Amino acid sequence: MSLLELKNVSKIYGSLKALDDVSLKVEEGEWLAIMGPSGSGKSTMMNIISCLDKPSLGEVILDGVDIAKENSKKLTEIRRDKIGLIFQQFHLVNYLTAVENVMVSQYYHSMPDEKEALEALERVGLKERAKHLPSQLSGGEQQRVCIARALINHPEIILADEPTGNLDEANENIVLDLFEQLHNEGTTLIVVTHDPEVAEVAQRTVVLNHGKIAKEVINENFGKKADGKNDK
Amino acid sequence: MERRKMFIRMITASLLRRRSRMFVALLAIAVGATILSGLTMIYYDVPRQMGEQFRNYGANMIFVASAESEGLNTENVEEALSCISDSQKRGVAPYRYETVTVNEQPVIVAGTDIEGAKKTSPYWLVTGEWPSEKGEILIGKKTAELLSVEIDDTIQMTYSAQALENPDQPAETDRSENEDAINMEFTVKGILDTGGNEESYIFMSLEDANELTNGESKIDVVELSLSATQDELNEYVDLISKKVPDITPRLVKRVTQSETTVLTKLQSLVFLVTIVVLLLMMICVATTMMAVVTERRKEVGLRKALGASNKSIILEFIGEGVLLGAVGGLLGSILGFIFAQAISMNVFNSTITFRVLLVPVTIIASMAVVAAACIIPVRSATDVDPAIVLKGE
Ligand SMILES: Nc1ncnc2c1ncn2[C@@H]1O[C@H](COP(=O)(O)OP(=O)(O)OP(=O)(O)O)[C@@H](O)[C@H]1O
Ligand SMILES: [Mg+2]
Repeated sequence: MSLLELKNVSKIYGSLKALDDVSLKVEEGEWLAIMGPSGSGKSTMMNIISCLDKPSLGEVILDGVDIAKENSKKLTEIRRDKIGLIFQQFHLVNYLTAVENVMVSQYYHSMPDEKEALEALERVGLKERAKHLPSQLSGGEQQRVCIARALINHPEIILADEPTGNLDEANENIVLDLFEQLHNEGTTLIVVTHDPEVAEVAQRTVVLNHGKIAKEVINENFGKKADGKNDK
Repeated sequence: MERRKMFIRMITASLLRRRSRMFVALLAIAVGATILSGLTMIYYDVPRQMGEQFRNYGANMIFVASAESEGLNTENVEEALSCISDSQKRGVAPYRYETVTVNEQPVIVAGTDIEGAKKTSPYWLVTGEWPSEKGEILIGKKTAELLSVEIDDTIQMTYSAQALENPDQPAETDRSENEDAINMEFTVKGILDTGGNEESYIFMSLEDANELTNGESKIDVVELSLSATQDELNEYVDLISKKVPDITPRLVKRVTQSETTVLTKLQSLVFLVTIVVLLLMMICVATTMMAVVTERRKEVGLRKALGASNKSIILEFIGEGVLLGAVGGLLGSILGFIFAQAISMNVFNSTITFRVLLVPVTIIASMAVVAAACIIPVRSATDVDPAIVLKGE
């Protein structure tokens, strides 16, 4: 059974179908990229998968549970236990330091552990900046804090909506390297992007258009490209 | 416990690193707590203060001669005084009044125990000094103006038994013929300002007055200032009336009754003001919290996206509020003491006792008021939809 399966999912806003009868399967450990023009429904789909929103029609089976049928309390629990979120606009708590922001995620999940949080920051290369407030960090650094926060609870799926949208090339590469590491550890990754380079490193790319899946591309060079990058 | 530590770390960070916002709320709480604890302190101290204060307003009992008696004298006054416990006697002042002439003008002289008078009439305002030696007098302001005398002036007083018997007859007509007239010289030591009848009198020691009036001793009235409750005063009246029939003790009703009326009025005023202040404090905290929640919608959305339940969101906001309440309460109980002290010094002219118990009470009360004020604004925080909040903007 797939880790995630969307069955004929639609999201309707008035007369607008943001998602129109989408069906999609994502296997455990898969690295999927979602592309498509602006307004094509990418964020809508991510919000549904991340239990932030419910579909108007259809089923969304995550780990054997139809999340379209659960109440918001249960959805919060699922999100907390299974999903790590990365946003385009970083979204850090502005009065908490980097390490505290990571610990917030632990706090809602289980037990805050500063040592573990620092290790997560070290992993994204921010150990020295752990005590800085978000306003004292660059955009790239803030995004890396978000990644540390997303991976701290070892989620089954990491969902990233435009994770590199606000980053320069160097930071983008750091983020992609981190994704690769997570992928190698067996984490399922779903990444929404506009950037073909970001999509290229994924195993599979789904292209949305007007709320429908327009195209699916399997990346034949997947293993090689990753190797090539690591060699550099 | 790690979770609790993180909770405290988050709420303190929110308060400390977002100072300006919370400062307004803290100010409101601190001001509210100050007035709360200050007024409570005064409220508890007022009965004590008022008792002392009214005693300051002078005698609360007087002795006068009973209708059929020979009048007051040293013996029966001593006897009556022995009925009263010494510890309750604040001041005792016997008075004898006589009319004398100074520069051919009739004036009333009051002979008294100067030290006793100081205690039974503490509100007397004396310019210069109180008489302390023989031949020294305290002169009422009006009399001083009438006779145009000043401090350190010497005046001559004439006492004649006849003049007394014919008060309508001008003293000057038979002054020269009156062989019984006694003349004595007195030095003005101080001028008395009371706003009352006393300003027309001349005060001197009882001994001087007796000497001036031909050596016979006599007491017209005794003023007493007692530190006793209304009930105790009533008991003394009964006891003395029975034991010393020559003396009729009377309570100075004006003072003792108003003491209780003013007290109840003051206490209900304090109560009312406290309620109003608490309400204002709640409104201010609620408005600030409402603004804070609106300002932090995004953060609430983010926390929800990270898996925060409504319960933990509410807990965090209330936690911040309660912490703020505790700090404000602590500040308020310190400032409240200063506030109460200032009022006490200005109104009652005495210091107030610091009540340690009032510190935790004020802190807990502030925390409770703030928590109550937070409920409605914080509820609105749980309505935040993380999906909408996180979508761009
Ligand atoms: N809450 C909403 N109410 C009404 N319409 C909405 C709402 N959310 C999204 N939409 C509409 O649904 C469509 C899909 O939006 P979505 O945010 O999924 O696009 P996207 O693919 O993420 O675009 P972008 O690349 O610009 O982020 C858009 O036309 C948008 O206007
Ligand atoms: Mg989007």
